[in-house]
Amino acid sequence: MDSSGVQSRVIVITSGKGGVGKTTTTSNLSVALARSGHRVVAVDADIGLRNLDVVMGLENRVVYNLIDVVEGSCKLSQALVRDKRVDNLFLLPAAQTRTKDAVSSGQMEELCSMLREEFEYILIDSPAGIESGFRNAVVGADEALVISTPEVPSVRDADRIIGLLESMEKAPIRLVVNRLRTSMVREGEMLDVNDVLDILAIDLIGVVPEDDSVVKSANRGEPLTLSDSSPAALAFQRIAARLAGDEVPFPKFDEENERGLLAGLRRLFGKKD
Amino acid sequence: MGFLKRFFSNGGSKSVAKERLQIVLIHDRADISPEMLDGLRRDIISVITRYMEIDSSRIEMDFDRADRSVAFVANIPVIRIKRGVAPLRDGEQL
Repeated sequence: MDSSGVQSRVIVITSGKGGVGKTTTTSNLSVALARSGHRVVAVDADIGLRNLDVVMGLENRVVYNLIDVVEGSCKLSQALVRDKRVDNLFLLPAAQTRTKDAVSSGQMEELCSMLREEFEYILIDSPAGIESGFRNAVVGADEALVISTPEVPSVRDADRIIGLLESMEKAPIRLVVNRLRTSMVREGEMLDVNDVLDILAIDLIGVVPEDDSVVKSANRGEPLTLSDSSPAALAFQRIAARLAGDEVPFPKFDEENERGLLAGLRRLFGKKD
Repeated sequence: MGFLKRFFSNGGSKSVAKERLQIVLIHDRADISPEMLDGLRRDIISVITRYMEIDSSRIEMDFDRADRSVAFVANIPVIRIKRGVAPLRDGEQL
């Protein structure tokens, strides 16, 4: 429970495979949740490979980090970087010059309970892999978001991660399908959302379409959900709303509307979307 | 002819991807830990011994991985079948 008496939620964002969008998802969901009035901290648990700070555009204001807090070299409040663009949004950066062995599971659990005192949403950006860094990122979490792109290696690793999360009794475990390319799905050259759901058999919390604005926003250090209305930004806003418990319908990203004669004719005449 | 093929075909790389994933995950998921295999062994023994006396020292169990499927194979030597054991009713515990 945080200081205002609201039940806190610790949510780990994870994937197994690297490069599928954990950090992008963490930054965008954190911003979206804070903008809708929640008190949020984004925690970078990727010790030694700090990245959430640059994606969020807060790298110049990092002084202390997660390791300093768990080792008692600074107070929690000193290590939290406040995002000046959004009320109620903070970042707890990872250490860049230490290794993942610098923190233990026990320390991470303790850190999470400290953060619960202050925040309503604690979003933890997990490192790739299934080693100790992953376990430390997960240990203090109640629930999990698993990120997968509609590609074979990513789905396979997501399956492995889901098994580990289930054995650690995290619930709910929900899926984000990231970087879906509707035109490829339509052509039968990419797994669609239902294929991925069939295989992984967990609940879907959202689908993020492939969108160039994701790269641009990371270049600038401005998460899309700060202002943008690009397809990916809207998708992340919907996921944040669902996370907060709102019923948000799923728009059709996949080919379902595009099957049949009309779609066939369109393909015949080479019309691109 | 390319456009006709595109119009009528629905066998893009997606179906290959899905099939390959389903197969690889059967293998991945069958790769269970020794602890889980021990638990499975204990549970199977407790069920089987309700119906028959077995030589539990000579039980062999393992996963048999073929190209497109995985089978769980158990070889359990039977010493004696018990007489007149009623199967468990729904919800009844061992």
